[in-house]
Amino acid sequence: MLTVDKLSAWYGEAQVLREVSLDVAEGEIVTLVGRNGAGKTTLLRCVMGLHGRTSGTMSLLGDDLTALPPHRRARRGIGYVPDDRGIYATLSVEENLLLPPVSGPAPWSLEEIYQTFPRLRERRRFPGTRLSGGEQQMLALARVLRMGSRLLLCDEPTEGLSPLIVQQIGEILRQVKGRGVTVLLVEQNVHFATTVADRHYLLAEGRVVESLDNEQVRAREHELLEHLGI
Amino acid sequence: MVEQAFNGLVSGAFYALLALGLAVIFGMLGVVNFAHGAFYMLGAFGAFVLLDSFGIGFWAALLIVPVLLGLAGVVLERLFIRRLAALDPLYNFLLTFGLALILQDVVRSRYGVQSQQYGRPGLLDGSLNLGLFEYPAYQVFVLALSALVCGLVWLALTRTKVGMIVRASTEKPELTRALGIDVARWVTPVFGFGIALAGLAGVLAAPMRAINPLMGADLIIVVFAVVVIGGLGSVFGSVAAGFLIGLISALGNLYVPALSQTLVFILMAAVLLWRPAGLFGREEGLV
Repeated sequence: MLTVDKLSAWYGEAQVLREVSLDVAEGEIVTLVGRNGAGKTTLLRCVMGLHGRTSGTMSLLGDDLTALPPHRRARRGIGYVPDDRGIYATLSVEENLLLPPVSGPAPWSLEEIYQTFPRLRERRRFPGTRLSGGEQQMLALARVLRMGSRLLLCDEPTEGLSPLIVQQIGEILRQVKGRGVTVLLVEQNVHFATTVADRHYLLAEGRVVESLDNEQVRAREHELLEHLGI
Repeated sequence: MVEQAFNGLVSGAFYALLALGLAVIFGMLGVVNFAHGAFYMLGAFGAFVLLDSFGIGFWAALLIVPVLLGLAGVVLERLFIRRLAALDPLYNFLLTFGLALILQDVVRSRYGVQSQQYGRPGLLDGSLNLGLFEYPAYQVFVLALSALVCGLVWLALTRTKVGMIVRASTEKPELTRALGIDVARWVTPVFGFGIALAGLAGVLAAPMRAINPLMGADLIIVVFAVVVIGGLGSVFGSVAAGFLIGLISALGNLYVPALSQTLVFILMAAVLLWRPAGLFGREEGLV
């Protein structure tokens, strides 16, 4: 589905990604684990085409993405859930859902969205940012589901949320996977990661240092948490 | 006094139209368009030239001039503004400021500094009885049309798909691109539209204001104060502040004539001290 080959990225003089290569297969959920500053968010931004200074290549289903601007990538079926959730204050909840064009094979209808997230229906006329943090995260996820994207890039969807909502997000991700959608997930919560994901890449100082499956992560959870400084 | 309030609202109608264009352009492009007053002046001269050289009257000019100036805005954005968009905002500040000077001087070299005259359209030549006093029909028309245009723009922004895209692009341009919307494609028409509004204000001004090369430069300073008072980039704030400032300065003129020129700026300073983002300004957001 997604292939990243020797991707490097810079902020000014500082190199934040160093020849990162990774593959995500169709229907997989893969997490990026690593300390703050390891380059996880930058990696997602690069795949979305939002980072200016990069080298290396990226492709989606065999089509080269590298030269495409962000909106063309989105229309190829990449859905982006940014780390700040990206909810518009000047758009109502429903407008937040309807803003992006449908750009994938299996978009959710508004009705399906509202059945899965009843709270969003109740609040559909409210400004997007009047929702609670957890509700905003649901809205950000619902938005890319309505787009029907093949590949979701989710940047720490569980950060700062209550265990109950984290559990809900896990259910949604499993449901999404059941429909054949691929997910690349930035996640600090290692335990949560093993409950939803198939594989994990460990990033450190802009490099992929290890590729781990769930068994390996569980076996080394203590060591990984120490590495992450949690 | 009621009559003076009405005069204020008519001035406010011009402030509102100009501030609205400035706000939409600033919101979408992040450009403070210093040439806005010059386009207002071109609007008035456009109406004058259409009548003087081509015999085309007010009603047709009301349509033709904004369209032509809007197209000029599109060309300006495509050729110049866009190229400087990625750089320090100061570059577009200098570009539009320089353009304003050039436009003023080109018009001055052709028509001189003397004011031109433009008659009221026949249909609106008389006056209306508003109960308490007689008021020129043309001024009533200006007030009504300006309110109508501002209202329509407000509806378009809040109720239509295009308005939704403009709001989203203004609030979070980068994310909006990542969600599949070609933001750059919308920038040009929005700039052209803002300029067209300045042109419309210019045509409306022709029959009731002195038409001269500096008419825009004189007005735009007040309009900038209006935009700041309303909240930079806030469409609703700009329009509301436009009418409000028109009203307040007219009444101020009546009661404290000595302050007539400075009242707006005193208000601006007061509002900035009290609410630095302006009366209706938010950290982010166009409406």
